[in-house]
Amino acid sequence: MIPPSFDYAAPTTVDEAVSTLRDAGEDAKVIAGGQSLLPLLRMRFAAPSTLVDLGGVAELRGVREDGDAIVIGAMVTHADVLRDPLVNAHLPLLAQATSTVADRQVRHRGTFAGSLAHADPAGDLPAVALVLGASMEIAGPGGRRVVPASEFFVDYLESVVAPDEVLVAVRVPKQGAWQGRYEKFNRVAQGWALVGVAALVKRENGTVTAARVGLTNMGSTPLRATAAEEALAGAGDAEAIGAAAARAAEGTRPSDDMLASADYRRHLAGVLTKRAVASLV
Amino acid sequence: MTRVSMKVDGVEYEDDVEPRTLLVHHLREQLGKVGTVVGCDTSNCGACTVLMSDPEGRQQGVKSCSVLAVQADGREITTIEGLSGPDRTLHPVQRAFHEAHGLQCGFCTPGMIMAAVDLLQENADPTEDEIREGLEGNLCRCTGYQNIVRAVQEASAEIRQGAQAEPAPPSPRAGEAQTPDDGLPREHVPDETIPQPVP
Repeated sequence: MIPPSFDYAAPTTVDEAVSTLRDAGEDAKVIAGGQSLLPLLRMRFAAPSTLVDLGGVAELRGVREDGDAIVIGAMVTHADVLRDPLVNAHLPLLAQATSTVADRQVRHRGTFAGSLAHADPAGDLPAVALVLGASMEIAGPGGRRVVPASEFFVDYLESVVAPDEVLVAVRVPKQGAWQGRYEKFNRVAQGWALVGVAALVKRENGTVTAARVGLTNMGSTPLRATAAEEALAGAGDAEAIGAAAARAAEGTRPSDDMLASADYRRHLAGVLTKRAVASLV
Repeated sequence: MTRVSMKVDGVEYEDDVEPRTLLVHHLREQLGKVGTVVGCDTSNCGACTVLMSDPEGRQQGVKSCSVLAVQADGREITTIEGLSGPDRTLHPVQRAFHEAHGLQCGFCTPGMIMAAVDLLQENADPTEDEIREGLEGNLCRCTGYQNIVRAVQEASAEIRQGAQAEPAPPSPRAGEAQTPDDGLPREHVPDETIPQPVP
């Protein structure tokens, strides 16, 4: 189908993008790669009055190193992330998880920041940003603010980015001694993750000393599996890891839908956590 | 209307488009590039895949049903129609799809070929698994994947040997074939399968 009509603006600076959004009112929408928004427009699930295209804003491109973090601009595509030497050196979990996102064509257009701003609970990268302790730099009419990933996701398809704000960059601390692995389960090649698990562990002599576990699609936002994280600390063998991983779904309320029941999702969370952590020790 | 300029299959075009126009519709309806087809309209099938340059000038496979024509302003695009050389010479990937019979109904073929070209320019010698993963964004509803993978393997080998585009084989004319579609000779066709006009 053909999308509904909208006005189109192609700003060349962040300030211009913000003022265009402010003038256009709350029905305006930002478009980066458009790989989530265009299908919604075509299905007429979204009807923005104005699309503000960030494609021409040069300052949103590029990945740079900033002390102990890597800063990824809002127009950096998944394909850019995959080939970036800084990401591969300092954020191997992000590179590995990104390689599982959608397909080549979508990765050529879709952006890392866009997939966070879209805030789809089935999206792979929100849980990865959460465990990596990323923070989002957001520009608005009142200037810029920084929001940690733990406060960024509000609800299903909703983040803290206001209608007149633009997510301009994502700052991701380098992994350092953390080893990471993203595991997801889906039934068909192009399917969304029924459940995904982003695991980070620190280990010493085969024993997990600290763990962070992020969950995809186990609620309306990405979540930390805190019970499993605590139980994983000190786990030294496969049995202990399995017992700790089995607690991954504690405190979650996953959806019960045509793709999977809530019980099945809880089961998958445990299995995938065990699989991810076991691959790291 | 918004003015856009783009280079498609080596030719510069400048047009006024409605901002909501999808790139695939612009290519087909405004520029006449009907070799690129619309398949699913949901970003799944990849039949509309074309190569589009990114801001650094790298040509990459994209689903042209999921790009607005205005987003392609200033970019360079290659469609299936721009892949062959002069005088109908086939690109090695096109030739391999022809020779390995990498198609059945043919609807997914333009997108499959463009996705394979995109994959091979990044990885000239992919393993079978890498080919299958590389073509993950393209569906063949005839499920003819075995021959598609074989075609990409053959094309990969040819490209690595430095193969160039070569002339397309002449297609048989109806008059030269035994039957119009070159199917079974008449004596082997059971009478009851031949449609008869209702009296």
